[in-house]
Amino acid sequence: MTALAVERLAVVLDGARVVDGVTLELEEGGWLGLIGPNGAGKTTLLRAVAGLVPYEGSITLAGDEVAGLRRRQLARRVAVVPQLPVIPPDTSVLEYAVLGRTPHLGYAGSPRAADVTAARSSLARLDAAHLADRRLGSLSGGERQRAVLARAVAQDADLLLLDEPTSALDVGAQQQVLELVASLRAGRGLTVLSAMHDLTHAGQYAERLVLMDGGREVASGRPHDVLTEELIARHYGAEVRIVADEQAGIAVVPLRPGVAAEERVS
Amino acid sequence: MLRAGSLRGRLPARDAAALPGISVRWALAAVLFLVVSVLLGLAIGPVSLGAGGVTREVLSHVPLLGVSSPLSPTEDTILWELRAPRVVLGLLVGAILAAAGASYQGVFRNPLADPYLLGAAAGAGLGATLVIAYGLGGSAGRDLRPVAAFAGATAGVAIAYALGRSVGGGRSTTTLILAGVTVAAFLTALQTFVQQHRADTVQEVYAWILGQLETSGWGDVAVIAPYVLVSSIVLLWHRRLLDVLAVGDDEAASLGVPVARVRLVVVAAATLGTAAAVALSGLIAFVGIIVPHAIRLLAGTSYRIVLPLSLVVGGGFLVLADLLARTVIAPAELPIGVVTAFFGAPFFAVILRTTRTVGP
Repeated sequence: MTALAVERLAVVLDGARVVDGVTLELEEGGWLGLIGPNGAGKTTLLRAVAGLVPYEGSITLAGDEVAGLRRRQLARRVAVVPQLPVIPPDTSVLEYAVLGRTPHLGYAGSPRAADVTAARSSLARLDAAHLADRRLGSLSGGERQRAVLARAVAQDADLLLLDEPTSALDVGAQQQVLELVASLRAGRGLTVLSAMHDLTHAGQYAERLVLMDGGREVASGRPHDVLTEELIARHYGAEVRIVADEQAGIAVVPLRPGVAAEERVS
Repeated sequence: MLRAGSLRGRLPARDAAALPGISVRWALAAVLFLVVSVLLGLAIGPVSLGAGGVTREVLSHVPLLGVSSPLSPTEDTILWELRAPRVVLGLLVGAILAAAGASYQGVFRNPLADPYLLGAAAGAGLGATLVIAYGLGGSAGRDLRPVAAFAGATAGVAIAYALGRSVGGGRSTTTLILAGVTVAAFLTALQTFVQQHRADTVQEVYAWILGQLETSGWGDVAVIAPYVLVSSIVLLWHRRLLDVLAVGDDEAASLGVPVARVRLVVVAAATLGTAAAVALSGLIAFVGIIVPHAIRLLAGTSYRIVLPLSLVVGGGFLVLADLLARTVIAPAELPIGVVTAFFGAPFFAVILRTTRTVGP
């Protein structure tokens, strides 16, 4: 079943068409990766799906138009992990995860025992149960990202939007976070739409990729159709070598433009 | 305000399914501080009644205890008709200024925000100055002053809010704060003009701006109490939403919170309480900043903790400040704003130095 359908989506910010006629579809339980150079419109597309910016065209969640849903209804169905989450440093990880229960409470309602339990189990699912009493300000980058993911999971939404979930993480933490998202997807049938900077990771984790440039969709399909040397050169202006490996799948290796391998070694 | 449920927070056998609330230690400390402040405020003055005397007088009104009051009829009148109204006024003003300050800091995510941020002080100042400068002399003028200050404060914030909304669509807190600065600057210019124009009233205007808890009795208390009550209830009701706003407007919105509406409701409630307080007590500075921050540094940063404790501690703090204001250079009185800053600032500096740094 279609979890998310975006049709001829356009978003105008300060007179510029930042997203311009994008159409995409995401099956329930799927993982779609948005790739593209800076300013391609990936974040804005995610914000439109989250109901945070006005849009033209249509965005439907299992048939319901996003613009027609109330804030709280939408928040029960779509959880967002922003690129740069605002981290209140003195809030405990548990209290932060409980914030994810907000759409399930009344207007100014207080979390009940069941909500705290739900937040604790989200933390456990992200291997972060032991962090519950720590202050957010004292966490490492990887731990913090797990806390943010736990908050999103506690929201109990079917669609998870990730905006560059691994930026500013070391390679180990990146892998850990992406593996956790993959296991959430498998375990809970979560549908994932993510903007991704690291093309190798995008190819490894997303089932399908949409390459955006200048607000438009310029290519889409399975990773090995989209991650080609030619497309990346054209849209990123980068010289790369695509390495297909039995185990790694596709790896995108940047080259130094105009410098041959022998020169680089010597 | 301190519900039993939240008191359970940090007891040894902690419930894994509950969030830590106000710890028993800080709840007791806050209530004790309040009770001691009130007793001292009632007992000390030109006629000393003694804390013991006051306690026994109060208990003598409780049936079945069999306590008899040691106070003479004159002392009884001093206690109930002079001191008690002033102490209660101090409680109400201090409580609402501290809670409004805490709410402003939350809603603007700005540790420097105080209840006067959006032009409440400048508006109230202009209103009061107009009455003092051009108003009728005598009692009519005195009656009109709170009304004018209240109207000025609410109008100042309303204009600032409308201006900020028209520019930023209510999305950016910075736009709102800048609108507040703009409106405050303009209203202060008007106020200064009026003040200079009627130079003979400068002293009276100045005294009003520094704040004082002079009261003519229970009437003043009855006037301000409903505003403080409504404002406190609305702010307390929003305490959890203030915690959600700590992750920023966008994330709060993606968690299902109608951010602009919450901000409007909280600002309106805080302004209502502040305007009522300012109308009767002038511009008492510092309470709205020092009390919430001291609580954050000592007891915790969640608004579940900060708002209820601000009400309790803010009330006690202002009663103590008023006690000093009327005794230090007795029989003359210091403006209470001088006391809150003179004693509050060093106290706050000590807390700041002995604890970790904390944001809003």
